[in-house]
Amino acid sequence: MSNPTGWKPSMEQAAGAQAGPRPDVGAGGATRGIAYEEKLLFERGSAGERCGVSLPRPSGDFDPARELPAELLRGEIGELPAVSELEVVRHFTRLSAWNHGIDTGFYPLGSCTMKYNPKSSEALARLPGFANAHPLLPEEMAQGSLALMYELERALTEISGFAATTLAPAAGAQGELAGVMMIRAWHVARGNARRKVLIPDTAHGTNPATSALNGYEVVQLASGPDGRLHPETVRAAMGEDVAAIMITNPNTLGVFESHIAEIAEIVHAKGGLVYGDGANLNALLGVARPGDMGFDVMQFNLHKTFATPHGGGGPGSGPVAVSEELVPFLPLPIVVKEGAGYRLVTDPAERPQSIGRVREFHGNFGMFVRALALIREYGPEGLAATGRLAVLNANYVRAKLKDVYDLPYETDSLHEVVFTDKNLKPTGVTTMDVAKRLIDHGFHPPTVYFPLVVHGALMIEPTETETKETLDRFIEGMRQVAEQARRDPEGVKAAPRNPVRARLDETRAARKPVLRWRPGMQVG
Amino acid sequence: MRYHPHTPEEIREMLSAVGANSLDDLFRSIPAQLRLKRPLAVAPAQDEIALFADMRRLADRNEVAHPPFIGAGAYPHHVPPVVDQLLLRGEFFTAYTPYQPEVSQGTLQALFEWQTYVCLLTGMEVANASMYDGASATAEAALMATRLTGRRKIAVSDAVHPEYRRVLATYLASTGDELVLIPHADDGRTDLAALGRAVDASTAAVILGYPNFFGVVEDVAQTAALAKQAGALTVTVTTEAVALGLLRGPGELGADVAVGTFQSFGNPLQFGGPAPGFFATREANIRQMPGRVCGATVDKEGRRGFVLTLSTREQHIRREKATSNICTNAGLCALASTIHLALLGRRGLADLARLNFDRARHLRAAMQRAGFAPVFSAPAFNEMAFEVGDPEAVVARLAKKGLAAGVPLARWYGADPKVKGALLCVATELHSPELIELFAREVRG
Repeated sequence: MSNPTGWKPSMEQAAGAQAGPRPDVGAGGATRGIAYEEKLLFERGSAGERCGVSLPRPSGDFDPARELPAELLRGEIGELPAVSELEVVRHFTRLSAWNHGIDTGFYPLGSCTMKYNPKSSEALARLPGFANAHPLLPEEMAQGSLALMYELERALTEISGFAATTLAPAAGAQGELAGVMMIRAWHVARGNARRKVLIPDTAHGTNPATSALNGYEVVQLASGPDGRLHPETVRAAMGEDVAAIMITNPNTLGVFESHIAEIAEIVHAKGGLVYGDGANLNALLGVARPGDMGFDVMQFNLHKTFATPHGGGGPGSGPVAVSEELVPFLPLPIVVKEGAGYRLVTDPAERPQSIGRVREFHGNFGMFVRALALIREYGPEGLAATGRLAVLNANYVRAKLKDVYDLPYETDSLHEVVFTDKNLKPTGVTTMDVAKRLIDHGFHPPTVYFPLVVHGALMIEPTETETKETLDRFIEGMRQVAEQARRDPEGVKAAPRNPVRARLDETRAARKPVLRWRPGMQVG
Repeated sequence: MRYHPHTPEEIREMLSAVGANSLDDLFRSIPAQLRLKRPLAVAPAQDEIALFADMRRLADRNEVAHPPFIGAGAYPHHVPPVVDQLLLRGEFFTAYTPYQPEVSQGTLQALFEWQTYVCLLTGMEVANASMYDGASATAEAALMATRLTGRRKIAVSDAVHPEYRRVLATYLASTGDELVLIPHADDGRTDLAALGRAVDASTAAVILGYPNFFGVVEDVAQTAALAKQAGALTVTVTTEAVALGLLRGPGELGADVAVGTFQSFGNPLQFGGPAPGFFATREANIRQMPGRVCGATVDKEGRRGFVLTLSTREQHIRREKATSNICTNAGLCALASTIHLALLGRRGLADLARLNFDRARHLRAAMQRAGFAPVFSAPAFNEMAFEVGDPEAVVARLAKKGLAAGVPLARWYGADPKVKGALLCVATELHSPELIELFAREVRG
């Protein structure tokens, strides 16, 4: 192979000749790309006159100093950077190149459902009628938005098998909050808020945090040796002081809680309610409905199941579906259909038992457009295929890796599979090392060290939008890392080899927090 | 189905690798009686062309030909196309929370820049990586104040956005903290005498708008002095962040926490969401802050880089002892604001704020010529209430002409006879002097 630039393949020594004909290319296609160092915007020493916007000039003789007290007025903020439009474009384009997104490559981050985010949905959310609609438009001027919300509410209710859905919560965790608030309000209406919430040890951290925020004491329940919650565990913990149980189904091990119906019976018999964390709803789409299993309330994560973009950490959207009994407690607003038109219920007098508002206005409407677009494009068959193919992909990865990586639970997996680093123990290579080495191969690492019940967990959720070829490459990458761990553990521990930054010092970040730029800032 | 890439042959191969006979076999762990035995009753699948035709029809049922004269917590502003084109880079919008810093330096550095912008505009020392929205950020600020002070009473000005107050009440209903409402004075500012009487040794925080819901600029310095005397924190809520290009940051005026939304920077109205909530405070409070925080550090080769930090406050580590249950925030919206602020720069931000101030004075002059006086005498930024007689009738009449007139304050302040005829209107860079003239004429009818 000719090498006119003298560039040395980064993975040559590590992978050796066994890695295939192009040792410089990882299993996922990673090579060293075009990369730039990029300073903070605030570190650009540019002329104060530079500006990247085109605005009309003020046309009146209105001087703020005549109306506002001088001590309230500020001049230009000196530390703000002044840069041209092109400089802004290059800055953010270069920063974007330092990110791995779903559009870049495989992103099997377990429990986050990193499926393809359709470009159509982006275009639809930007239709001027949607993008430029003010939330307080007179209702007759906003019938399009209201009709869309009504249709989405009906679709989510049908998909989940409940009686009604609120679209208001801004993200999954806020959906949980709204859900537990409704549970609390339901109990209060019966005379006693109760004290405790039961939560299995496989739960996301948001479940206990949400319960605590609602003033509940959290009782953690141990899952069984098969990764499931067992009825006898629930029976032993259930009492008249328990307001609810929060269950994720399938749970974070990717395992279906098969005893859910019996567990729901036990909880209901003692006057408690069953909260369903819908984070893993993707596995069940068109296959089974939480509302048919004994759940009383469940939040959706539209950014997971319905492919609205994760956006580097948000926005999400966390609608909450409830059974008939909880409908009066739904937060406001609620869209109702009256004749040919739609109306928002915002007056508490109309819904006296409502828990109130959980966010301003009507929820993350931009996400509603995207989610409904996907539901419409799928239709019933597409939704049913989604759950099935997501589960097929996860099981395929499981089948192809279980001889190399330790599978802590033999129980059937649905949409995700959890492995551990146990088999690598003699080599000294850990889950974190595997994750970092996968970066060299061109893959986003799986979720690591979660769920907490699994030591050294590697949680893999491929989603249905990935091809078999992609899965095969990922499987190959995972196998190569395991193989390399035996042959050259130090090579694995040295990963990642050529990222823009490697193995950042998180302890230092927490001990000496530097959370913003200041003039003359020195780090490193 | 274009998002399902599997061929029948591949499905067979994969099933065989798994050891299953059919796709439905994969679900044997779900008891038969819990499975759905019919197709979901949702509309039949649509191709892209039909989908776009239908969705366009829906979007067209919203009347958005003119920029609305409504602010009230969501502000019509020009979003330069650069913002959206950069936002649409898939590396940004299809990534998630930067748990793996090596493959997320782009998101992380942008968040660090966002936090810096929030600090510079609010005059605060630290900021987090964003919140869901301004309303929940306000509730989180109240909760942080109760943790920091060990007190249980929150005094909130009734001139704080009414929906924010309702969210606050919803959050506090579960914690049992007490909420005390402070009335506004005739000039549109919070009644400081009433505040003085309400604040005592059990008060955790005083919350006021900056500018407030009436568009009026509050006296933050005096409020903060009053709160401080009682050992309470001062929280300011800013819904129109462009004001911070003209007005001093609340941190410089003595506030302890600044929250609100940066929707005005780079985020279209979108019928109210999503938009980036912000949360900024003093450095001393960082370990009680809610939400994700990005910090600078070094990598193994000593190069500066960024990571999520102080995560021992957060739900995924601390579970029921976390400072908040927030996980996903509004990262992409924060990025939009960061890009817009970068484009504006030092001069552009000041110009934009000045322009908004100017347009609101055009509006005031035009309304006064049409016979409608401002309701409040205290200084305002770009939003003002006008006495129009029957505001609901005005709104209904203008809606027929495709003009969104503003919001009648009586919807939220029915008990206050002074605002019975008040219509709250905004003017921004989107409202040309000609449109403003037309608007005032139409209000007169």
